[in-house]
Amino acid sequence: MAKHKGRGFACINYPIGMNLGGDPSQALVHSTPDGKFMVSLSSIDLGQGMKSVTRQIAAETLGVPVSDVFVDTADSDTGPHCMGSFASRGTHRVGNAVIRAATEARAQLLEAAADELEVNAADLDVDGRGNIHVKGAPSRSITVADTAIAAQFRQGRTVSGRGIFLIPPSEANPETGEMTPVSCFAHGAIVVDLEVDEETGEIAVLELNSAYEVGRALNPKLVEQQLVGGAWMGISHALYETTEPYYPSREHGPVDFNSYLMPGPGDLAPHNIAIIERPAEDAPFGGKGPGEMCANPVIPAVANAVYDAVGVRCDELPITPEKILRGIRANGGARPRGARH
Amino acid sequence: MSKSPVSFELNGSETSLFVEGGQNLLDALRRGVGDLTPKFGCNQGTCGACTVLIDGQPFLSCLVLAVNAEGRSIETAAGLSDGPSLHPLQQAFIDGFAAQCGYCTPGMLLAAKTLLDRNPNPAREEIAEAISGNLCRCTGYAPIIDAILSAAEIVRRSNRP
Amino acid sequence: MNTVEFRKNLFSDERPENLSEIGRPTVRQDILGHVTGRSAFYDDHQFDGLLHMRCVRSPHHHARIRSVDFSNAERMDGVRRIVGPNDVPKNLNTLLSLINFGKEDEPLLSGEKTAYRGEPVLAVIADTERQARVAASSVRVEWEPMPHVLDVEEALAPGAPTVNETYPDNTFEYHERYDHQKLRFGDVDKGFSEADRIVEGRYRMSPIEQAPIETCGAIAAPDTGDRFVCYTSTQALFFSLATTAKLLDTASSRLHFIGGTVGGGFGGKVDSIVEPMAVLGAMLSGRPVKFMWDREEEMQVGAPRGAELWIIKDGVAADGRILARRFTGYFDAGAYTRLSSYAVVKSTGHLPGPYTIPNVASNVYCVFTNRTPATAMRGFGITGVDYAIECQMDRVAEAVGMDPVELRILNAYRDGDMKAHRRVAKNTALIECCQVAAEKAGWRISPDSTRQSSLEGGGGRRAEIPETATDQIGRIGERRRSRIPVEPLVGSGPRGRIPAGTAGPAVEAAPPQRPDMAMDWEREKSAADFVREPVKRPKTATQPQSRLAAAPEPLPPAQEKAEAPYIPKAPFNRGVRKPGVSRFLSGTRRR
Repeated sequence: MAKHKGRGFACINYPIGMNLGGDPSQALVHSTPDGKFMVSLSSIDLGQGMKSVTRQIAAETLGVPVSDVFVDTADSDTGPHCMGSFASRGTHRVGNAVIRAATEARAQLLEAAADELEVNAADLDVDGRGNIHVKGAPSRSITVADTAIAAQFRQGRTVSGRGIFLIPPSEANPETGEMTPVSCFAHGAIVVDLEVDEETGEIAVLELNSAYEVGRALNPKLVEQQLVGGAWMGISHALYETTEPYYPSREHGPVDFNSYLMPGPGDLAPHNIAIIERPAEDAPFGGKGPGEMCANPVIPAVANAVYDAVGVRCDELPITPEKILRGIRANGGARPRGARH
Repeated sequence: MSKSPVSFELNGSETSLFVEGGQNLLDALRRGVGDLTPKFGCNQGTCGACTVLIDGQPFLSCLVLAVNAEGRSIETAAGLSDGPSLHPLQQAFIDGFAAQCGYCTPGMLLAAKTLLDRNPNPAREEIAEAISGNLCRCTGYAPIIDAILSAAEIVRRSNRP
Repeated sequence: MNTVEFRKNLFSDERPENLSEIGRPTVRQDILGHVTGRSAFYDDHQFDGLLHMRCVRSPHHHARIRSVDFSNAERMDGVRRIVGPNDVPKNLNTLLSLINFGKEDEPLLSGEKTAYRGEPVLAVIADTERQARVAASSVRVEWEPMPHVLDVEEALAPGAPTVNETYPDNTFEYHERYDHQKLRFGDVDKGFSEADRIVEGRYRMSPIEQAPIETCGAIAAPDTGDRFVCYTSTQALFFSLATTAKLLDTASSRLHFIGGTVGGGFGGKVDSIVEPMAVLGAMLSGRPVKFMWDREEEMQVGAPRGAELWIIKDGVAADGRILARRFTGYFDAGAYTRLSSYAVVKSTGHLPGPYTIPNVASNVYCVFTNRTPATAMRGFGITGVDYAIECQMDRVAEAVGMDPVELRILNAYRDGDMKAHRRVAKNTALIECCQVAAEKAGWRISPDSTRQSSLEGGGGRRAEIPETATDQIGRIGERRRSRIPVEPLVGSGPRGRIPAGTAGPAVEAAPPQRPDMAMDWEREKSAADFVREPVKRPKTATQPQSRLAAAPEPLPPAQEKAEAPYIPKAPFNRGVRKPGVSRFLSGTRRR
C-alpha cells in the first residue's frame, strides 16, 4: 500500500459587485470641530475589514493621516443606506461612495482654508500630514485642525460630504442571456500539491502556490488575510464540508463541529502567494474585492491533483476518503500519473 | 427556579453571584457577571469560543456547570491585559493580523496563554496542538500560529535577566 | 510558513505607486477591540428582563399541518407568549422583492404546510432559553406527510410533487417566459460538428454550511418613541431592516437597527429571518427578546450554500482550442427562493468561465426541492460552476494530450475579446496569474505560453459577436406536461437565429451626483508625478522570453494580433484620456 503524490492546477476570474447592478451604497463624511474626520456608514464588517479599508480610502481622498479618520458603522439611524456586505461589493461600491463623500468634504475644507489664507482654493493642496498649503509655497500653510475650527466657529461653514455609488440595475436578455453582469473581475490561479493514501483514501495537502490579481491591494495585509483564509476554506470545501454528506439524501447531516469537519491548525500546508495588481478603471484606487474569489480555484485544483495522484475523477464535492476509495476500487486500483495510460 | 450562591476569583477579583442549577459557566459569566469576553459559539463543547482558564487550565465554559466554579480561580480574556498594557499575545495578534472577525480571538488567546505559561519556547506543532480545540473560520490558522510564535519570543526576551 | 510576494513588475504602467495611505499595511481599526474582547457583537448587548424565543419545527420533508396544540406549552413555567403564523402581519415574502425580483413565496411561520425538515411553524417566548426549548418541544402538531422530492432532476419530471405552490412547476420563472435562464452565443452544434474531440463531464457540489463561529441572531427591544431597537448579526443592515418592516407591516422609521460588528458571515447572514422574528417577539411581548440559532439550527435549518449540478459538453480542436461549450446547470434552491434565483443569473453571466470560446450555450435552472432553502455563500453562484469548469478543463487537456496550464493560457480571455454575455473583456489578467502560479510551483510551461499576455492577441476576430442559434424550448409549465430535454438547443420546438453583431450598450456606473463629489484627479500626486515611461511589459522573471526555435507552432487564433487596440467605451474615456491624469482611478469621473 502506498501514498501517491499528485499535482493539480486551476484558474478563475470573479465578478466584483452584485450581478446586474442595482446595489447602491452611501457614505457620509464630516469633520469634528478640530479637524478629525468621521465616516458614517451602514456597511457591515464581518471580519473582511470594511471599517479598515474605508478608513484608508477616506484618509487618502481627504489627504489626511489615517489616524485622523474613524469609521462608524452600522447604525441605521446615523449610517446612510448600504446594500450589504456580499458579492465582493464592499470595497468597490462602498469604497467609491466614500471617495465621493470625502471628495466633497475635502472641497469644503479647501474653501475654508482658502478664506483663511486669502488665496484661491484651487491653489491649495494637502500634505497628508494634517496641513494645507499653497501649491509651490509650502510655507504658506494652515493646519487642517485650524481650518476646521475656522470653518465652524468663524465662517459658519460645514466640512462634510455625501457620497453614493450605483451601477444602475439592468436585466439579462431572456433569449440570449446578454447582460452587463459587473464592471470588473478579479483573477486567480493555483497549483496544489497533495498526497493520497490509497489504503485509507485520506488526502494530505502538501503545498499551495498561487497568484491572485486583486486590482490594487489597498491594504496588503488585509488582502493577505483574505487570500490565506480563503485558500484554507477552499481546501475545507474540497475535502470536508457539507451539511448533506449523502446528498440528495438528507440523512447523516452534521449538527455540530464534531461531525461538520474542517481542517485544523495541524492540517495546514505552506501557501506561497504572489499578488498581482491590475487596477480596475471604476474601482476605488483600482482595488477589487479579493474576499470571495480566493477559495474558488483551490477546490478544482485539489480535484485535479487527486486525479493526478490516483487516477480518480472527483466529480462530486466534497472529495471524501469514501469517494476516493470507491473510485480506486472501480478503477481496479490506484493509477498514479504515468500509470494511467 | 431555585438559585445557589457561588463565589470564585475572576481575573484576580473576588466575585459572587447566584446561579441556577443547570446554568453553565459561560452563561453565568456573560449574563450574571457581565464579562462578555467568553463567546457563545456552539454550546456543545466543539468550537472553543467560550474558552476560559480555571486554575490555569483551559476549559470550555459552556460545558462547566457554574456551581462547580466555587472557590476556583478563573481567567478570561478580560484579564489578559494589565490595565492599558497589552499582553504580548494581544500585541502579537495585532501586529500579525491574526484576527479577522474577532469572535474566536478571546478563546484563542487564552488557549495560547496556557501554552506559553507552560512552555515559553513552543514548536509550531505544539502551538497547533494547543489551539486545536479553538475553531477559527476566517484566518486559516497560519497567522495565529505565527503570532503565537512571535509572542513567545517576546515573552522569552522579557523573562531574560 | 506562508509567503507573500508582490509582482509589481506586472501591469506597472497602469499603476502609479505613490499613494500615501492606500497600499499601506495599516493595522485594522477594530483589532484592539478584538484582542481585548471588547468588540461588541450583537449578543454582547445586555438587557434586563431579556426573553428568549425558540421555534417549533417540522420533522418532515413535506407535510400538511392538520392541527397544532400548544395548550401545554402555554401553561409552562416562564412561558410568556406563543407566536403563530397569524401573529405575523404580512406573512409572505421573498427576499429579493426589495429589488423587485421574484414572487412572494415564503412565510416567516408556516400555517398550512411545511416544505422542508426544520421549517418553523410556531415560536415560544419564555424567560429563559431552556424554558423556551422545553415548551417548544411540548407543542403537539398533527402532521399529514406528503410526497416529497429531493433530487433536482426528479423535481423537473412530470408528476413530481409541487414543493412550493407559488412556483407549481418546481422551477423559478425567468422573464415570465421560461423555466430557466438561457445563454446563447454562436452555434454550439456547429462548433461540436467542427470539433476533433467531444469532452463531457457531470459535476455536483453538495450543500455547504457557512459556519460562522458566531451563530445568526438578533436581540430586539422596545425603545423610546414607539420604536424598536434591534441588535443584529446581519450582513446587510438595511436589507434586514426593510424585510422586517415589510413582514411586520410597520414603518421602517420605527425600526432602529444596529450591527456592523459580526462574528463571520460568509453569506449566511443575509436571509433576514432572525431580525423580523426578534422584533415581532418584542412587539408581542413588550419586552426585549433574543432570537438566536443554536449550532444545530445554524447547520441544518439555517440556509447553506445550495447544491449545484453542472453538465458540460465541450467540442475541442486537436490543438486544444475549445470551439463550443454547452452547460446544463441546476441550483438546488430548497423549498423557497431566497437568493437562488439571483445565483442562476449571476452564474449565467460567468459562463463559459474566463475563456474565449466562439460558441457557448447554457440552460440554468433554479429548482425547488424539499430541503432547507439555500442562500448565499462566499463565491455565490460562481464557486460550484468554477469547480465544474476547471475540472472539465483538465479533462479537455487530457483528451487532447496537452499540458493543463498551457491549455488554459491558450483559451484564456484577453483584453478586447467578446464574452458570451456580449460585452467586451477589459482589465483581464488570467494569463499572468497562470504564468506566475506555474512559475512559483516549478510547473514548467512552454516558452510560447510564457510569452503570452492578457494585453496582446485579443480583439479582432475574437471581438466579433457571431450569428446565434436560439430556441424557445422550456416555456413555463411546458416541462411539467411532458418530458422535454433540459439541454440548450436540444429537442423539438421553435428555433431562431439572431444576426451577428447583435448587442446592446453596456451599463455604466451612475456619475457623481454633483461636480464637487467627483475627485479632481489632477490634484493626485500619483497622477502628476507618474511618468508613463516606455515600460516594457515584464514577463515572469525566470522563464524564457524569446521565441525559441523549439517553441511549438503558434496557436491560432490567440496569436493573432488585434486589428485595433481595445478602446474603452465612452464613459471610460471621460477624464481618463487627459494627459497627466491617472486612468487607473475612476468610478468618479471628471465631467
